[in-house]
Amino acid sequence: MAGILALLRNTWRGLTAMRTALVLLFLLALAALPGVLLPQYSLNSAKVEQYKAEHDVVGPWLDKLGFFNVFAAPWFAAIYLMLFVSLIGCLVPRTFEFAQQLRAEPTLTPRRLTRMPHYARAEVDADPDAVVAHAKERLRGWRVAVREEADGARTISAERGFLREAGNLVFHFSMMLLLVGLAAGKLYGYEGQVIVRADGSENRQWCNSGLFAYDSFRPGLRVDGTELSPFCVRVDGFQAKYLHTGQADVFHADLTYQDGAASLGNDPDAWRKYGLEVNSPLRVNGDRVYLLGHGYAPRFVVTFPDGQQRTGAVQWKPMDTTTLLSEGATKFDRPGVTDPEQRRKTQLAVTGLFAPTAGYDGTVLTSVFPMPNRPAVAVDVYVGDLGTDSGTPQSIFSIDRRMVDAGRLSKVARKNLELGQELTLDDGTRIRFDGVENWVSLQVSHDPAQEWVLVAAVLVLVGLGGSLLVKRRRLWLRAAPSGDADGTGRTVVEVGGLARTDQAGYGEEFTRLAGGLLAVGRPLAAPGGGRERQDVP
Amino acid sequence: MPINQTYAQYSDLSVVSAMAVYFLALLLHAAESAFGRQALKREAKLAAVAAGGGGTAVAERPAPPPPRERPLPERLGRMGVALTVLGALLHLASLVLRGLATSRVPWGNMYEYISAVCLAAVVAWLVMVRRHPVRQLGAFVLTPIGIMLFIAAKLLYAEAAPVVPALRSYWIVIHVSAAVIASGAFLVAGVISLLYVVKASNEANPKRFAGLAARLPESAALDKTAYRVSVFGFPLLTFGIIAGAVWAESAWGRYWGWDPKETVAFISWVIYAAYLHSRATAGWRGTRAAWVNVAGFAATVFNLFFVNLVTTGLHSYAGV
Repeated sequence: MAGILALLRNTWRGLTAMRTALVLLFLLALAALPGVLLPQYSLNSAKVEQYKAEHDVVGPWLDKLGFFNVFAAPWFAAIYLMLFVSLIGCLVPRTFEFAQQLRAEPTLTPRRLTRMPHYARAEVDADPDAVVAHAKERLRGWRVAVREEADGARTISAERGFLREAGNLVFHFSMMLLLVGLAAGKLYGYEGQVIVRADGSENRQWCNSGLFAYDSFRPGLRVDGTELSPFCVRVDGFQAKYLHTGQADVFHADLTYQDGAASLGNDPDAWRKYGLEVNSPLRVNGDRVYLLGHGYAPRFVVTFPDGQQRTGAVQWKPMDTTTLLSEGATKFDRPGVTDPEQRRKTQLAVTGLFAPTAGYDGTVLTSVFPMPNRPAVAVDVYVGDLGTDSGTPQSIFSIDRRMVDAGRLSKVARKNLELGQELTLDDGTRIRFDGVENWVSLQVSHDPAQEWVLVAAVLVLVGLGGSLLVKRRRLWLRAAPSGDADGTGRTVVEVGGLARTDQAGYGEEFTRLAGGLLAVGRPLAAPGGGRERQDVP
Repeated sequence: MPINQTYAQYSDLSVVSAMAVYFLALLLHAAESAFGRQALKREAKLAAVAAGGGGTAVAERPAPPPPRERPLPERLGRMGVALTVLGALLHLASLVLRGLATSRVPWGNMYEYISAVCLAAVVAWLVMVRRHPVRQLGAFVLTPIGIMLFIAAKLLYAEAAPVVPALRSYWIVIHVSAAVIASGAFLVAGVISLLYVVKASNEANPKRFAGLAARLPESAALDKTAYRVSVFGFPLLTFGIIAGAVWAESAWGRYWGWDPKETVAFISWVIYAAYLHSRATAGWRGTRAAWVNVAGFAATVFNLFFVNLVTTGLHSYAGV
């Protein structure tokens, strides 16, 4: 039993030692390094897959050990949790010590002030009481204790710079507060992306009503997708401007939004306007809405042989972020076909490439500029069974290749179309490239703890300032009646100084202070003995 | 906002002139080192002769007669510092002209950013020369800065151009300037800590690095200077990271997302935190602490180059 206690005690002591904290700091830095050197799931999962494919021996092992998700890995958490336990073990005793120091009187004046790193001496004709009174006047802002020694000498012990330790404690406690805030955000926050068409039609409003509203959603550990902050947005229009070099210049989305917060002074039904831009998210009802990106939705009008028309425009996915060459698939059901069997033979998909400003390499379509100056598409038209009846979800950006491989979906035409041009299939169906619409991708973020993280971060900075700028320093003064027998009020004044921190630079302040302290009455001997040693670390 | 090509050209001219002037300053400092060492040897010989060839040679130097003028090495060194000041002014002019040419802050791409970091390092160095007896280090400090500036201006050069919408925010002034100044300070501190390691090793065993160490100031002065600069840089780095997080919250949708640049900034921060702690830990003061500072220096350089040139992340702008 005693052995176990001793073990626990020693473990605790070891963990809370500064040396251990240092080692843990190095481990933390080292452990974060794979987060830069290796691809990470949280940043780009496609790159992780590529890396795993290229390194088929170490890849799976690295994956198992969490190296592609460093900042969620148990070993990373273990290091910072140990670090914080070590920190608590160090901080709690220091807090109590500091509280005691705040109440304690400055320490007794040492017998030999000459041994102090800073020292000055003078003989003056004022009596010790006058010297002490003068010194107390000069030592405003210092914590001062005046004492009388057995031989009649008066001493002053002075100390200042307590803010250093206060700053130190504030810094470290704020770091912990910051970690708690970070964790709370991970528990109760969420983040989702959604693509919204930017044409402002009434039925296109998007509401933060649940998981189903999003294209992708990353919930916090305590978020189940219900009770999201209620609000709605509608994108009425979107402008993107680019310089002639192709560099982005302006992104601006005209939003209308409805704040569903049921609070006083807020009409949840009122629609308000907001100009959404990069760097200026919409902040509504505790959530933030960001403009992440944009792209195009080519509009096709399909005229079936029986004369019926269908218009389709879905977002196509940009393949190249500088030219916005996009790929996608716009899918149609033949109107008037109710028999599932029949439908699975007559579904139609227009797939291929879209170029906002067309350039041709022979007949191969490319895009030379991201703005829709000369829109064109290069399409493959498929007819048959798109597989939408099978119940398995499929990408909106592509057709299910397996249906093609199974021979149930076949390519019936391939053509380049510019705006307004059309192609005709063998059965008489005409497909016209009718227009281009904009879409924007929005991100909705929710983090109820981020204000607390900011407060903690500001406190970290304040504490750091205090702990680095303030110097803890001590000063002692002894005013002893001169040894002369006539005792006509001559006093030997000695001043000693000691900085308690390793930041040098007390010397100048001491020289100035000591000069002031010794300038009392009429000096009988010039202030002497002034010297400076290296500050004691 | 259109680009003013005249200003842009003068900016390019200034940065090239600054590099040339830095190079001259570097040569003068190198000459100071070389002549200083010869002078030292001569004195050592004299002392050895005076001591009758016995005993330790350089223990006590005979007090030299007060010189009528400053010795040659010191004059060379002072000229080097003066030229460094001139170079810094030209360097500053190139950044200001870039800013005027583009009507924005002159740190919108890798070339401008590294150039600004180099200027911050030069200014940090000049401030130290004024305050601490470290002038002899001129050649060692100017060499890495010169190399970085050369890489920025020759390999990473970017035409004066407006920045992408993501960078149009007043936070670019706050966040990036803090990062620039902190990085500049850390670069200088790292070089000095590296030299401290050399000097301390020589003080422990005079046979090691005898040639190099003879040109360096006392190890205590090096340690103090490196610490002072790091203590200046650390709160700035902290502030820069916090400002970056505030900006990221409004630009990228989250205040922290382990983007490569964020991660390396975090690593640097942890290393510098360790450096400050190590100086207060028994068994870590001195050489070990200096190595920690050198590691911080490595992280800073890694963050400047590797993160932008090799990885891709949200901090990639204008191609890099």
